[in-house]
Order: sequence, then structure tokens, then C-alpha cells
Amino acid sequence: MPWVVIANRLRDGIVVFLAPGGGWVEQIAGSRLAGNEREAEEMVALGQQAEADQEVVAPDLIAVEERAGVIVPTKRREAIRATGPSVRTDLGKQAED
Amino acid sequence: MYRYDEFDSDFVLQRARQFRRQTERRLTGELSEEQFKPLRLMNGLYLQLHAYMLRINVPYGCLSSRQLRKLAHIARVYDKGYGHLTTRQNVQFNWIKLEDTPAILEQLASVEMHCIQSSGNCIRNTTSDPYAGAAAEEIHDPRLYCELIRQWSSLHPEFSFLPRKFKIAVTGSPRDRAAVKVHDIGLRLHRNPAGEAGFEVIVGGGLGRTPFIGKTVRDFLPVQQLLSYLEAILRVYNQLGRRDNKYKARIKVLVHEMGTEAFQKCVEEQWEQIREGGLTLPQEEIDRIGAYFAPPAYEDLSDSVPALETTRREEPAFDAWLQNNVVEHKQAGYAIVNVSVKAVGAAPGDISADQMEAVAELADRFSFGELRVTHSQNLVLCDVRKTDLEALWRRLAAIGLATPNVGLLTDSICCPGLDYCSLASARSIPVAQSISERFADPGRLRDIGELQLKMSGCINACGHHHVGHIGILGADKKGEELYQLTLGGSADENTAIGKIIGPGFDAEGIVDAIENVVETYLSLRQDGERFIDTYQRVGRDPFKENLYASDQGR
Ligand code: SF4
Repeated sequence: MPWVVIANRLRDGIVVFLAPGGGWVEQIAGSRLAGNEREAEEMVALGQQAEADQEVVAPDLIAVEERAGVIVPTKRREAIRATGPSVRTDLGKQAED
Repeated sequence: MYRYDEFDSDFVLQRARQFRRQTERRLTGELSEEQFKPLRLMNGLYLQLHAYMLRINVPYGCLSSRQLRKLAHIARVYDKGYGHLTTRQNVQFNWIKLEDTPAILEQLASVEMHCIQSSGNCIRNTTSDPYAGAAAEEIHDPRLYCELIRQWSSLHPEFSFLPRKFKIAVTGSPRDRAAVKVHDIGLRLHRNPAGEAGFEVIVGGGLGRTPFIGKTVRDFLPVQQLLSYLEAILRVYNQLGRRDNKYKARIKVLVHEMGTEAFQKCVEEQWEQIREGGLTLPQEEIDRIGAYFAPPAYEDLSDSVPALETTRREEPAFDAWLQNNVVEHKQAGYAIVNVSVKAVGAAPGDISADQMEAVAELADRFSFGELRVTHSQNLVLCDVRKTDLEALWRRLAAIGLATPNVGLLTDSICCPGLDYCSLASARSIPVAQSISERFADPGRLRDIGELQLKMSGCINACGHHHVGHIGILGADKKGEELYQLTLGGSADENTAIGKIIGPGFDAEGIVDAIENVVETYLSLRQDGERFIDTYQRVGRDPFKENLYASDQGR
């Protein structure tokens, strides 16, 4: 199962994902995917480093799956974080696509 | 309403400035998240699913139009154009930036508001009757005592690190609109045979994981002794409350484990030691604070307004609104107006910046510039001239705030759930919206009559589901949202904890289940019975049979 690292950006709290270049992106589509455990561990370490550097808070490794070419967190909670409130589709990331 | 003195104003501003420095230190890395988290929580700033959430205290639900305008401004400038009225009479914003928070706190300070003690294991904002000071049947205005409690409990050095958070509610009416029996301490003002005012003191109520109805530990406490007695209760709790297990740390568990009598004895002993001390309230102090809550300058008006009757005959929507949203006032010629923040299909308690501003305007024009936030997530204009009702209704209707459903099924209480809350197990708002749409027909709604639906997105029970006539608890079962139904709860003077009716339902099934329960009630009710009366008369079996007879049961 692939994973991504999700976090909240420290200064504004917005949900962000660890990106391939080591930075953080707001859309899960741009996130770095870990295909194996070794890579996942490396990404967790990068998340922790970013937390120590005051970039993000609460980095977390979450499972995702690909559905019709789109990366979607497997858990509903994380899926809602990756899109925005299901009751306000005019807000959050889903509104910025 | 209460106005800050110089000390209050200065203190709140200093706290905002202090938070500015703390935030700067966090952003530069001088403070780690671990060090900073308790500091931001002390200022009401939580990290939720999508962003930071700021919880702003509305002391015992009383708000001025000026304050509401400031909230509208914050919603517009720092949030995404709306706020949320909470079940504890507070206001929350969902999309706050950490870097903006110091500025927001300074803005709040400029209108005598803050977020202190809206989080943490301290005494939280005291809640009260939203009709306080105006209710026709009121025995005594509770606000003055809420204010005395606020002053005593704010930053109380001894009670800043209690075993767990602590909530106090006060009512001054026989009709309990403050849910005093499900608070850590509930206070019910009444009069003794000599006509003196005092409190029935109820301790150890609460919802959450283990719901309890509070126990009366004193039938009559003279008002002068309010603070000394509260101090005695808090001391006992602070010393004996469990700190080893978060889930057993509330005072309800202590009272339950000790037994009411033993607990009461401890409190009385403690009280004996301090009752003659400095906490006795001198009459001058009671009068001084009471003066802030003196009735507004009511006009001498006739209670009968013939024009009202004419309009209500011509406008059924106005008639429905008068019946459901308008309540009798103690002053002739005036009425209490509930502003429903539960439009059909809307998220309960969500209010836009434009609506806030418009209501502030209406409060200025029609209700002495004051409003209340209710624990059922509505607003109240307390002192409206009956002759103004029609004009007010038209203006509220124009901004979507005149849905005639207060106290009815679609006036549900609903926590933010998994759409916003990081602790949630399931979504709650979409379920409330579906139910609201299913029962949108005002005629049907009124035929069903008084029915309190309360819903929480997890066992923490912020949506008070245990005490809903119908309660819904969202859970997660192997990744699927599951909704458990409870029936027969009640949060008024006849408080009861609802009973789980059977296996849960999925998001669609729960809406059908509610309809099924309502149909069962309609088929069984006798003349004049409300849902809760029928339920109490027939018990849960007929409801259960009908619910699970069909295929809806999972
Ligand atoms: S009941 Fe649970 S989901 Fe709802 S607001 Fe409280 S903690 Fe969040």
C-alpha cells in the first residue's frame, strides 16, 4: 500500500503533503508517494525534520490508494483533510482544483 | 450587560500581547510545538482537521451588537466568511491562521472579548438561560451570578489545573433551558418560603463517554454563599478527583464513586472551614454587579397588539414564526424572539459574516443592542416590542434567519463532527442536513410538534445526543460511518439520559430511521402529547419493533 506524509503547516494550519523535492504542497496530487517501508521511514524522518524546523506540525504517515488515477487517502478522516469539509465543497482544497 | 472595568480591559489586552510574543517565539523556533501547544490552547486556539480553530468565549451567551459586528469582521478578514455557534454558547472560527491570531485577540480585546479558559482543565465559560432577564416565568435573573462566577473563576490560581475541565450552568427559571443537570455543577435559583433567593446546587452531571444526571447536594444555598460553596466543591474535586485516567477524571465520576452522601459530607466540611472567610458576597457587591443587568428602558406598552392578529391571519408564515420562534416576555408589550440558525438544509449553527452584521443591526434597531447565543445554536433577541415583530420578521426572513422551527425536529443540535473536528468518528452535519431536508415541510413539522434532535460526531457528546428526545451518535465501524440512535433523553427540568434503541444505521438509513420513529410516535400519540410524552408513556418497545421490523435495521 502506498503512503504519503500529511501535516498542518505551522503558520496557518493548512493541510500540506510532503512533496518529492522535499518541500510541502497543498494538493495531495503533488505529494511524494512511498511505495515501500524503507521509503516511508525516510519520509517520516523528513516530516519530523520539518516539524523541528517549524515548517509543519503533527506530520503523519497515512495510507493512500489510487482511484481512477487520483490519489485518495484510505481513511475518511484523511480524505476529508485532503479535500475540505464535505458540507462546504466551496471551501478548502476541493474548491481550488 | 456587564462592562469591563479598567483592570479587565487592561488584562485582556495584555494577554493578547503576551500571546503575540509567544507566537513569535513559536514561529522562530524558540518554542517547540510541545511547549507552545498548552499556551495556544489557553488562548482558545486548537488545531483541527483543516486549520486552526479559535473558540471565543461569549460569557453566559450574552453578546452586544458591537461584539457581533466584530465577530463578523473576524469572519470576513481572518476566516472564510462564517462562524459557528457552539453548544456551549460560544463562537468558533474554523479557518484561522496562527500568524493572524494575535491580531484577532487584540481585536477581540477591543470589544471586551477573549478566548481565555475556553480550553484546558479549568473552569470554562459559565452557561445560562438564553432568556435570562426576560422570561415571563423567571424567578431571578441568573446573569448576575454568572458574572460573579466568571470573576471568581477567571484565572483562579488554585483551579487552573483541575483533574479535568469544569463546566457550570445557572438557571433562574423553573423551565430549565440551561441543562443544569448535565453540568459539573448546575445551579437552579429559586426562593425559600421566606421569599429569599438561593440555589439548588446540583453536582456531578455530565455527558460524554459516561453520562450522569447531577445529584442535588444542597436544596437551598443563600446567594451570599454562592462563591464559598463553589470553592468548597472545587477544592474537594481538586483534591480527590482522579488524575490517573482522563476518562475518569470528571467530577461526575468522583461523585458516582464516592456516593452522593459522602461527597456532600466532604463538601460541607470543607465549606465549614471557609464559609465565614472572604468569599461571602456582601449585598453591596451583589447590587453592584446586579446593576449591570438592570432591565433596559422598557416602554409602557399594551400587551395586546391587534395588528399582529390581522397580519398573522393573512400571512401563514408569519403565524408559524410567531408560534414557534416567539416567546412570552415578562414585560407587557414585549416578546422574546428566537433567531433560527437552522435554515432547511443548512449546517446547524453556521452563520455568515453578512448574517452576523445584519442581526447586529436588527439588535440595535429592535432589541436594545443585545443578543444571546443559545446552547441549541441559535440567537435570541430578548427585548422586542410586539409592535415591531412583523418588521423584524420580514428582515430576518430576508437574510434566511426566520425559519419557523425553534424547538421542532429540524432545530437540531449538531456538533461539527468529522467535517471539521479532529476527534470525530463520523460526520454529523450532513446527517442533520438530510434530516432537515426530509422534514422541510413546515406543516408536517408543526404537526410533529416539539422534538429535540441532538447529534454528536463522537462519544465526547458535544452535540448532547444523550439528552436529545432523539439522539444520534456517530461512530466508525471498520471505516464506515455508523449512526447509533438513542431515544427518550431530555435536557430540561425532567432530565433523562436516552436509551440506545438497537443496532446502528448507515448515513442514509439513519434518516429513514428518524422518519420511522416519528411515524411511530404519530401513530401512538394521544391528545396533546409531545414526542417525549408518548415515549415516556409507551416506552421504547413499539419504536424498536417498528424500526427493526422493516429492512432498515442493519
Ligand atoms: S462530539 Fe466529538 S466530533 Fe463532535 S465536536 Fe465533540 S469531539 Fe468533535
